[in-house]
Amino acid sequence: MTALTDDTIPVTPRTLRDEMIALGIMAALLAIVPWTGIYVFFVMQALCFALLACAFNLLIGYGGLLSFGHAMFLGTAGYVSGHALKVWGVPPELGILAGTAAAAGLGVITGVVAIRRQGIYFAMITLALSQLLYFIYLQVPFTHGEDGIQGIPQGYLFGIFNLANPTILYYVVLAGFLFGFLLIFRTINSPFGEVLKAIRENEPRAVSLGYKTDQYKLLAYILSGTLAGFAGSLKVFVAQNASLSDVENSMSGLIVLMTLVGGLGTVFGPVVGAFIIVATQQYLAGFGQWVTVIQGVIFVACVLTFRRGIIGEIAHHLKRSL
Amino acid sequence: MQALYAQLLVGLINGSFYALLSLGLAVIFGMLNIINFAHGALYMMGAFCAYFLLNLTGLGYWPALILAPIVVGIFGMILERTMLQWLAGLDHLYGLLLTFGLALIIQGVFQNYFGSSGLPYSIPDELKGGMNLGFMYLPIYRGWVVIFSLIVCLGTWYLIERTRLGAYLRAATENPTLVRAFGINVPRMITLTYGLGVGLAALAGVLSAPINQVRPLMGENIIIVVFAVVVIGGMGSIMGSIITGFALGVIEGLTKYFYPEASNTVVFVLMVLVLLVKPTGLTGRAA
Repeated sequence: MTALTDDTIPVTPRTLRDEMIALGIMAALLAIVPWTGIYVFFVMQALCFALLACAFNLLIGYGGLLSFGHAMFLGTAGYVSGHALKVWGVPPELGILAGTAAAAGLGVITGVVAIRRQGIYFAMITLALSQLLYFIYLQVPFTHGEDGIQGIPQGYLFGIFNLANPTILYYVVLAGFLFGFLLIFRTINSPFGEVLKAIRENEPRAVSLGYKTDQYKLLAYILSGTLAGFAGSLKVFVAQNASLSDVENSMSGLIVLMTLVGGLGTVFGPVVGAFIIVATQQYLAGFGQWVTVIQGVIFVACVLTFRRGIIGEIAHHLKRSL
Repeated sequence: MQALYAQLLVGLINGSFYALLSLGLAVIFGMLNIINFAHGALYMMGAFCAYFLLNLTGLGYWPALILAPIVVGIFGMILERTMLQWLAGLDHLYGLLLTFGLALIIQGVFQNYFGSSGLPYSIPDELKGGMNLGFMYLPIYRGWVVIFSLIVCLGTWYLIERTRLGAYLRAATENPTLVRAFGINVPRMITLTYGLGVGLAALAGVLSAPINQVRPLMGENIIIVVFAVVVIGGMGSIMGSIITGFALGVIEGLTKYFYPEASNTVVFVLMVLVLLVKPTGLTGRAA
């Protein structure tokens, strides 16, 4: 069996340098967005999804675990943040903290269950768990069922930054994204990340070398879920609502699609994939259900012909790590 | 008590669908090493096939019961020949992603033309009405679904576990290269197996059409429940899939009677409990 991700380029100072340069270019491009006339809400939304996809990619690209239920972290953090901000009236920083903490807690609970099986079973279990959570959120009162939590106040971050101002909000979301991205970047280049890759490549061997692989996988799962929750909390300030559509399975599928299009196991692939998919959704919104069909076609085309994804292909041709 | 028996019957019917679907998933997984995410969409296609046969050609329920699984089975075999076969040797997860994409395409196309509401499909005349069993009123069609599904499940079990063809199949699951060396056309067997699994899903679709109506998204949620059933039962044993399917349907029915709020979630909660106690599933071997 060939591995899911094609990560044969060894980590050397050069690959790290290439990645740092690309990171610098990405950060610079994103920083000038408000002056280019591009619709900032689109970019903010894409940034939230990009962080979500990066968190998902940490799990599959480096741990080899395909989660088909990552929407549960997005939705849970969104609901908890939204409820805290609107009903309890907490300041934004505490709202984000509450949502992220809720996602972390959910990561611990579901992770203990899900990591008991590998590969294909792991995907089915995470999917079933997120469906379980969907039905719970449909019934409990604080999520307001089909309506969702609407009109969530944005408030002042740390009492200074007025998040109702789109430009300020943009830089806050960008800072949050870069923070999450750097954390993931640091994780995959750490000894912990190396062990994760070893487990992905050959778990029995990692076990025989004395690594408690279950603990590594659980930790990666919790970290991924927490960061996905952080993205969900940020998204609350952009969308100003939290609804069932964020917990649905189609959302989990969308996260998988973003990462697949960009490139599984690449550093920048999920970001590129998220921008492409969010843009496609915006431009094709008028086509109704054909959007689903188009997403399906992209899935099939990627799996059959384009398994490395966009960034994966570019990196492969340039023989560099991106 | 009437309501309890009624819910038990509903549970048995859902259990029949779970059993037919998880059986197909297990058979496909054994041969192709693919979890067929499109199973729910193909189940829906079975129901639509019966609907088209009736409204376009005037062929009723009985021909549809035979024709729909064949038509959808052939469609499945085309999918296998044109797409799934290229995934042999790759990570299992690619099969899941590809079939997920196929499910999106199939469901999206049907949703475009038929919206999300249900199309009626009436019960055949021979199976209309009901019987008074003394302790409950049994609608004949519902009794028929349970008994017929059970017969099909046991027939499939017999085919795989007790016949020569089944022996080839099981051998090819264990070691395809060796079986091929004996002169058996394994790629063709793989195609036929996928057709068989898909045909079972389509059959479940036809059976459910008069009960649940024909809807483009009818397979969307049931496939996730069936995944949970498969995780609970494990995919190692054919009989295990059948028993787990029926048993979980009954448990779901009982939950509807005793604590309706949990009826949507009980299968998933059971999955969590089983994973905590016996991670390999009730009948499964270690993966």
